[in-house]
Amino acid sequence: MEKVILGNHAVAYGVLVSRVQAISAYPITPQTLIVERLSEMVADGELDSVFTKVESEHSALASVIGSSSVGARVFTATSSQGLALMHEMIHWAAGARLPIVLANVNRAMAPGWTIWTDQNDSLSCRDTGWMQVYCQNNQEVLDSIIMGYKVSEQVLLPTMVCLDAFVLSHTAESVDIPDVKLVDKYLPSYKPEIKMDIDDPHSFGALSSPDNYMEFRYKMQEAMDKAEDIIIKEGKEFERIFGRKYGMVEEYRTEDAEIILIASATIASTARASIDSLRAKGIKIGLLRIRVFRPFPVKDVARVLLNKKKAIVIDRNISYGKSGIFFDEVKGAFYNIEGEKPKIFGYIAGLGGRDVTPEAISDIANDAIKKDKPEKDIIWSGVKL
Amino acid sequence: MLKHDKKKVEIKGASDMPDMAVSLGSMASNKTASWRNLRPEIDESKCIKCFICWKFCPDAAINFIDENTPPKINYDYCKGCGICAAECPTKCIEMVEE
Amino acid sequence: MVGGETMSKLTIPQEEIMSSGHLACQGCGATIAMRYMLKVFGRKTMLAVPACCWSVIDGPWPYSAVSVPLFHTAFETAAIAASGIKSGLDALGKKDINVIAWAGDGGTFDIGIQAISGAAERNDNILYIVYDNEAYMNTGIQRSSATPWGSWTTTTPVNSPKDRPKKDLVEILAAHRVPYAATASIAYPEDLVKKFEKAKNTEGFKLIHVFAPCPTGWKMPPDLTVKVARLVVQTRIFPIYEVENGVSYKLNFNPKKFVPVDEYLKLQGRFRHLKEKDYKFIQENVEYEWELLNKKVETF
Repeated sequence: MEKVILGNHAVAYGVLVSRVQAISAYPITPQTLIVERLSEMVADGELDSVFTKVESEHSALASVIGSSSVGARVFTATSSQGLALMHEMIHWAAGARLPIVLANVNRAMAPGWTIWTDQNDSLSCRDTGWMQVYCQNNQEVLDSIIMGYKVSEQVLLPTMVCLDAFVLSHTAESVDIPDVKLVDKYLPSYKPEIKMDIDDPHSFGALSSPDNYMEFRYKMQEAMDKAEDIIIKEGKEFERIFGRKYGMVEEYRTEDAEIILIASATIASTARASIDSLRAKGIKIGLLRIRVFRPFPVKDVARVLLNKKKAIVIDRNISYGKSGIFFDEVKGAFYNIEGEKPKIFGYIAGLGGRDVTPEAISDIANDAIKKDKPEKDIIWSGVKL
Repeated sequence: MLKHDKKKVEIKGASDMPDMAVSLGSMASNKTASWRNLRPEIDESKCIKCFICWKFCPDAAINFIDENTPPKINYDYCKGCGICAAECPTKCIEMVEE
Repeated sequence: MVGGETMSKLTIPQEEIMSSGHLACQGCGATIAMRYMLKVFGRKTMLAVPACCWSVIDGPWPYSAVSVPLFHTAFETAAIAASGIKSGLDALGKKDINVIAWAGDGGTFDIGIQAISGAAERNDNILYIVYDNEAYMNTGIQRSSATPWGSWTTTTPVNSPKDRPKKDLVEILAAHRVPYAATASIAYPEDLVKKFEKAKNTEGFKLIHVFAPCPTGWKMPPDLTVKVARLVVQTRIFPIYEVENGVSYKLNFNPKKFVPVDEYLKLQGRFRHLKEKDYKFIQENVEYEWELLNKKVETF
């Protein structure tokens, strides 16, 4: 069913058709519309799920961890301060190997108070063992929730589906909401092998010494290693059933490109306009959109960037003391790979929700094009000095 | 792990470990006898079979046989805390040096 | 004493669901409490255990000492992890499983109080049991808000002992108007068992505050655990009572004569530095609080 809906409501519909059984969440702008719509769906009986309205985000994630441990399919949603508050449990969810799906509305971190978008909140979780998907439109948000369960329930690591505050969360777009019976064909009910069960009692998460902790963590990384193939396989299966294509990355006009612009989320969708206008001027530029950030798509990045002249990364985030994070990870992915490596430029734009227009992106591209090499690791875009 | 079996768990490495830290055996495999300096000895002739000692043992190391038989100390696990001797109403339990 | 027919019946269930071989110190009160709890609730039970002595007592991976599913969870999350387990089971249609949050005083009175307040306010259908050994024992005897006035701990050394009264947990729960909240002591197992049974048959949020002495942290010989848990009630320092729906108070222990607080305090090294005037102060406060409690009992 085609409907014009906000990104936040796309999340709620994704949860609905995924037959989620237990939800726990705490409101925070700009996520509130998610929990409000889910509350209505549960109250109306449209969604057959329990919904615990907890007293903080830390409890929200702890609650779904408990529900997931007994074998229920669970969901929570949050943003910035809330995500930061539940950080301890973010580590816990991954270490407990629970297939939780969390929708994070990317919002900048305070102080000063802000409700607008950037990616520092979710990127602060990049070391925790969560898979991460950055969405460029509301359709992808809905679809990524469904795929999140499909992948997480095999990999046994949780998935964070990220959507930009206001640019997606509060922007209406046309979205196809798949019929739940069609989703049932793609996403079977959750049947974990290991769960809390009175007929087979065990303890979960007991004291783990230097003698065995490392092996558990080795197994987590092993799961991440397998995740890429599973994501690609389930993306293809999704396309077969629903007709929409998803992978680790997405390419736009990269076939004969000499310069590759790398971006994520809504900056990537805006960038298409810039790519077109630059191409119209004869510049051989293409776009590589990084969709899945964890596991990091090393193979795709290498494949697209090797033998290109330049790569231009736009980060709507920053790791203070180093550089933009996608820039850092792209650069790092290359170091040990054999082949002709492009010059890699890193730009920081749009922090705290500052608008990143097609013109701004074109300016970034033109700035990199006229330089031989990057003079520093951070080039600020649009900062008023 | 439905029963408290006493088998030790043998783990070689990641390939025979579960994905998450799920228990595979019972602490019954850990005999805590070596913890004690004193051992309780029940004078069965004075025992009135009230089972207060059985009731208060933090280690469940006193075995209930039946209502007409004095309970037996399980010396595999007794840590020698002395609560049984302290609570016995007839003082028929003596704590002796190991 | 001859014969003994009248004393031979077991007054608490016989089956052991907690095994021996666990890592509790000699004379651990918290373990006595767990042993009784499992006897009453049986195997149709799931536990959520935050950081506390029992995270270690149950044994390191790959072992466990209890024959029920036990979910280790973060320090402040006992109440909400239990709530999540319960709501997950409800969602799966498995509605007849007891779900119990099992925590020490640190994870209850301090860092865990928010989650307890939330679960209590929502009336989440769980039982919260706190075994109170009056300090952060698992990390080496640091003070908690359950540490009594005057006690030594490693963070309230003898020249700066705890100078605030013990936080009144059951009162906090009464203010949330939960169906059932009660105190209990391991020295009165039949009363404790009755309270576990009552909680088992009550819907909604229940809390039982169990007094569980710690010989290691209280600096006393391990064989005094039960005696001290008895004296704390007989002196009225830790009254045994129940509150239903936050307003109906019932005293479970109300003898005509009370033991002076000295009898209890002098047995424990953590109180050894107290002077005569401190004993008097404690006695006066105990009597004051006892009067207050009795007024509540009379009012409803």
